[in-house]
Amino acid sequence: MGDLFDGYTAGRLQRSPRAWDEMFPDPSAEPLVPRELYADVYAALARMTQDELRGRAESLARSYLAQGVTFDFAGEERPFPLDAVPRVVDAAEWGVIEAGVKQRVRVLEALLADVYGRQTCVRDGVLPASVIGSSTHFHRQAYGVRSPNGVRIQVAGIDLIRDEAGVMRVLEDNVRTPSGVSYVISNRRVMAQTLPELFTSMRVRPVGDYPYRLLGALRAAAPTDVADPTIVVLTPGVYNSAYYEHTLLARLMGVELVEGRDLFCADGHVWMRTTSGPARVDVIYRRVDDDYLDPLQFRADSVLGAPGMLTAARRGNVTIANAVGNGVADDKLVYTYLPDLIRYYLSEEPLLPNVDTWRLEDPGALEEVLDRLDELVVKPVDGSGGKGLVVGPDASPHELAELRVRLAQEPRGWIAQPVVQLSTIPTLVEDGIRPRHSDLRPFAVNDGSDIWVLPGGLTRVALPEGQLVVNSSRGGGSKDTWVLEPREQPRGTGSPASAVDEAHRVPDLVAAQSAPAALSDQDAAEGATVIGAVLGVSQYDQERQQQQQRQRRRT
Amino acid sequence: MLSRIAESLFWIGRYLERADGTARILDAHLQLLLEDPWSDESAACRSLLAMMGATSPEAASDAPWEDLAEGAASVDRGDVLRLLAVDRSQPASIAFSLWSARENARRAREIVSSELWECLNTTARGIPHRISAEKVHEFLHWVRDRVALAVGVNESLMARDEAWHFYRLGRSLERADTTARLLATRSLTQATGVSWTTILRSCSAYEAYLRTYRGVASARNAAEFLMLDRLFPRSIVYSVSRALEAVHDLEPSTPRVGVPDRAVLLLGQVISGLEYRSIGEIVDDLASNMAAVQRATSATSEAIRSRYFPSNVLPMWVGERS
Repeated sequence: MGDLFDGYTAGRLQRSPRAWDEMFPDPSAEPLVPRELYADVYAALARMTQDELRGRAESLARSYLAQGVTFDFAGEERPFPLDAVPRVVDAAEWGVIEAGVKQRVRVLEALLADVYGRQTCVRDGVLPASVIGSSTHFHRQAYGVRSPNGVRIQVAGIDLIRDEAGVMRVLEDNVRTPSGVSYVISNRRVMAQTLPELFTSMRVRPVGDYPYRLLGALRAAAPTDVADPTIVVLTPGVYNSAYYEHTLLARLMGVELVEGRDLFCADGHVWMRTTSGPARVDVIYRRVDDDYLDPLQFRADSVLGAPGMLTAARRGNVTIANAVGNGVADDKLVYTYLPDLIRYYLSEEPLLPNVDTWRLEDPGALEEVLDRLDELVVKPVDGSGGKGLVVGPDASPHELAELRVRLAQEPRGWIAQPVVQLSTIPTLVEDGIRPRHSDLRPFAVNDGSDIWVLPGGLTRVALPEGQLVVNSSRGGGSKDTWVLEPREQPRGTGSPASAVDEAHRVPDLVAAQSAPAALSDQDAAEGATVIGAVLGVSQYDQERQQQQQRQRRRT
Repeated sequence: MLSRIAESLFWIGRYLERADGTARILDAHLQLLLEDPWSDESAACRSLLAMMGATSPEAASDAPWEDLAEGAASVDRGDVLRLLAVDRSQPASIAFSLWSARENARRAREIVSSELWECLNTTARGIPHRISAEKVHEFLHWVRDRVALAVGVNESLMARDEAWHFYRLGRSLERADTTARLLATRSLTQATGVSWTTILRSCSAYEAYLRTYRGVASARNAAEFLMLDRLFPRSIVYSVSRALEAVHDLEPSTPRVGVPDRAVLLLGQVISGLEYRSIGEIVDDLASNMAAVQRATSATSEAIRSRYFPSNVLPMWVGERS
């Protein structure tokens, strides 16, 4: 028996109410009894010694360093931190998350179409015009720019947290350029290579489909007069912290990765410079912020985009994905209106609740928040990556005093939320395995006819003890996220249960999850030929499944 | 393919070859210094640095080594190792080349194979910051191994498409340039005498040379072998011919008259300048002939750049001023 979980709760900051622990119903019990969901993972881990697990963790890190799966930390390349203990989500809970994320994307799409269209939500008094107009990311230039299939959010990342009572809540929406999906893909691959025994008897749903789904969504958004659209991924360049992700997506989709200087606009079209002259670009999956995209419309000093790009998009000659101006939908003040907007646009009740939030411009709210500042979390409305966020109980009196002044000056710029103790997951740190706070970012891809949610997502953990901010820019780590296959087949595909079991024998599963890059590359090429305009989504699905079956047999 | 990516592949080829060539040259020359205790270490090191185009260590002066007054500063093996092997800030060093190859691969990450990327990345990360005297040979051997691994990965994995042609073109040009540089030193340093054996060793050509000329060592034969041999892969004629092939593969059409592609023109002139002249004639004025080859390779590089990698003049947009 290993010593991994010795002292699991030792030295833990006791805050009330106590955070929900993902693995243990009662983390202070002796001996620890895991939830049924984690029974297999716990058993496999408990057999290991600390040194053994550390050895594996080091080999994970080495593998990431060699592959260049890194992020820039103070100008130095560090391997992206991946923790060896996975997060497990059962099929039933995933069903709720999936439906909730889909609903969220649907309402955000409806909202954006309305904001950059007729603004009926303002007319009907659901969303004040002042909230739209005062959002930093609302761009008048985007008015009337609509992609051929009407989709503005090709990719969404919805950040979820589990509160003290075990309820999943939406913390924020990301519909500009959400990042992190590459880590989901590479985490799975390296986990299957390094810790295969954890996968025993678990039916973990594969995450490798993401690039084909994304490619499908990008093709679906292409200008209608193009038979075989040219798709590119636009990156700010090698110094961007998510550069690895840009290269991985371009590689797995089999498309060009371009920088701003590779593009130019002429005759209302966007072109890229190639060795055989200019080549027309039809869809740009951009990972450059709105402000830098088109110096003619936004920041004039930007060299990361191409002047004239937005004009080309307005003329319908190129599709920019995600659309320009999406930031208004993930503004944190707009977030507070989303439950109402779900009822308004979709006539549904929200499936995933928000975190309770004070709008500082509401009568009396500012006073209450200022009064209780030391027990609340305050966030700037247009920030991402945890920038500018202040956790009241952890802040110094000086910080709070400064914050008070800024809040009073600009109440529109901030929201306040109660401190939610994010759920904890066992995580390997200096002292051994300890509970650390975590969140979950599932990714959704919208191709216009269907919203697909990647079964998995990025689980981020805050490595310092008690820390509630999980962003990797604040020293956060990540975990592989395992969504389990339902016990019975969800849709009647006609295959008998025994055949399904056969297909999921453990060695096969591990092999399929860790399929080497070369194989995936080839798959991407096959995928590209399969997604023709004539094929419907379901047919495409079947083709993919067949390919996977073939692949399994090969391995 | 994207011009920027093509340029990266061209430079991956050049830098890999440069790292390999530098390692071979250093190995041969350092061994010579050890074996010949009567040689003037400072002068020999100076000529080596000059050949490799290293700049002087005095920060103020960027002058090449041959321009430095004799005895201005004495240089020893340590300086040579630093400037040509491990100092990442020196453009002539192996460390600089390997790191640049890695950076170029990073920019073309979605085109180069994952295996090549991992190989270059691991190599660049493995370069030591300093090496002690007894590890020098080991280090230089390691460099050659790593380059051989990268080259081998490409050989067995790369599709023979444009990317491959640019990569091959870069390697061939660099190799022709290196051999020309090496040959030029022979006449430059007549007095201190870098022997033909050393030059042959620097190109790892000694064994092949002995087999070809049945062990008869003569200056004329050695020069002939390194410049004109059609079968030895490090000879100038061989390398330039391969470069020419790569350019042809990039632009296969041949018009009825003339050579419209400047790169083809320049490379063709190099070949005819060497092949259609007597060896005596070339050796008599070896330095200027080799300088001509070096000029031609850099002009070719420039011609390729302006044709296939047009540098984009970035327009600057200024906001409205009222």
